[in-house]
Amino acid sequence: MEFPTTFFGWVFFLVQRYYKDFLRGLGVTLELAVIGTVLGCILGFIVGMIRSLPIDKGSSKPWQFFVRVLQIIAAVYVEVIRATPLMVQAMVLYYGTMSIWGIDIWSFHAGIMVMSVHIGAYMSESVRGAIGGIDPGQMEGGQAIGMSYGQIMFHVIMPQVFRNLIPQIGNTFVSAIKDTSVLNVIAVTELYFAARTITGTYYKFFETYIIISVIYFVLTFTVSRILKLLEKRLKGPENYELVKEETEEA
Amino acid sequence: MSEPILQVNHLEKSFGSHEVLKDIHFEVRRGEVISVLGSSGSGKSTLLRCINMLEMPSGGEIIFEGKPVSYRPKDKNHFRSRVGMVFQSFNLFANMSVYRNCMIGAQIVNKRSKEEADALTMKYLKAVGMSEFRNALPAQLSGGMKQRVAIARALCMEPSLLLFDEPTSALDPEMVGEVLDVIQDLARSGMTMVIVTHEMMFAKDISSRVIFMDKGVIVEEGEPRQLFENPQQERTKEFLSRYRR
Repeated sequence: MEFPTTFFGWVFFLVQRYYKDFLRGLGVTLELAVIGTVLGCILGFIVGMIRSLPIDKGSSKPWQFFVRVLQIIAAVYVEVIRATPLMVQAMVLYYGTMSIWGIDIWSFHAGIMVMSVHIGAYMSESVRGAIGGIDPGQMEGGQAIGMSYGQIMFHVIMPQVFRNLIPQIGNTFVSAIKDTSVLNVIAVTELYFAARTITGTYYKFFETYIIISVIYFVLTFTVSRILKLLEKRLKGPENYELVKEETEEA
Repeated sequence: MSEPILQVNHLEKSFGSHEVLKDIHFEVRRGEVISVLGSSGSGKSTLLRCINMLEMPSGGEIIFEGKPVSYRPKDKNHFRSRVGMVFQSFNLFANMSVYRNCMIGAQIVNKRSKEEADALTMKYLKAVGMSEFRNALPAQLSGGMKQRVAIARALCMEPSLLLFDEPTSALDPEMVGEVLDVIQDLARSGMTMVIVTHEMMFAKDISSRVIFMDKGVIVEEGEPRQLFENPQQERTKEFLSRYRR
């Protein structure tokens, strides 16, 4: 068998020979990033809302106590996750579940859990900030017509929070794509893991990592472009039409 | 004399050690229009916000249609659905069209059917002259327009009492008139209202009773003619003289 002699020759050779592995790695990376971001955002929105709950002095004592306990749990979760590296969290979850409870979870599932929990912690802080950033008049306007706290959050506050957070969600997704690479430590077969395996055969580190760099770049660049478009569309119409009345005028 | 809708008994409010309202006592009867006057910091706005429980009163009680209002979230929300409030800063829902802003309360708080809520919304948007703009977002309207929509939103709840917290203070002078006209129409239709305002001429014109507040207490209260032309208290005279030029 004849081997290529130039850099581009090797790149071409590796792509041709291993394109299936690259694509499989890319697929796993995308899956992890998408599911992790979606679950992480859901978790983040829930935790962020819990942490922003006001304690209504007029509500019952058990409810006030319950809210306080929830808030403490939420605060501990956020602080612990933010203060430890993603890679370490992955190791702790993957090996911890095995040695403590004897549960052998699939590394892919462990990967999704770690991604979600990690993204959730960061997202919850953004959500909390965004809720706090909404003009208090929005809440008062709802209260003045007798809407409950839940109704105001659902119909008034959260739609505005969500719209303001779309760029943030985009950012999160983009960094999630790149963060998946650390999950190779628990043997999740994502793109970086695929590259590492491929280098094991021909020892062509530079060429292989250049290939996955290009893949990561194309991926994240495309995603951020798509998100830009989405953001523009969600901004809504800038103009409105007057509704003509048939009779009243004149 | 008609029955009282709202009674405020010994209402007190302090922020920390700062007493903003001291032993406030007054009542509102059906069909009355009450103006509350006073300089900035006299506690007028806080009084309205306490009545609607946007601020928790530190003491005293509020009796609405014969029953004391409790602070339990459910009772509080029900009470608020019966008492409308119009703010200085409009507080329209930024993510909803003019139409949705008015419709939502009738639909999800008063549990009206879609048709009923629609009928109410159109009726009151027409009454304030904003039905043409029903598809606009609040950010696309002028201040006067926003305030008229805010009034329509409050009316769609069919409240038995409307509170106005300086409804024209955030408006350009040329927009004040359109909002005051709407309030005047409401007064003519027999709506019970409490209006905190700095528009002296308007207060004198429209009110059946005027309350003058200073430093957290009601200094004087009476018929507009009597209070404006023949005030009894030194502080009232002093305040009114600053408005007479």
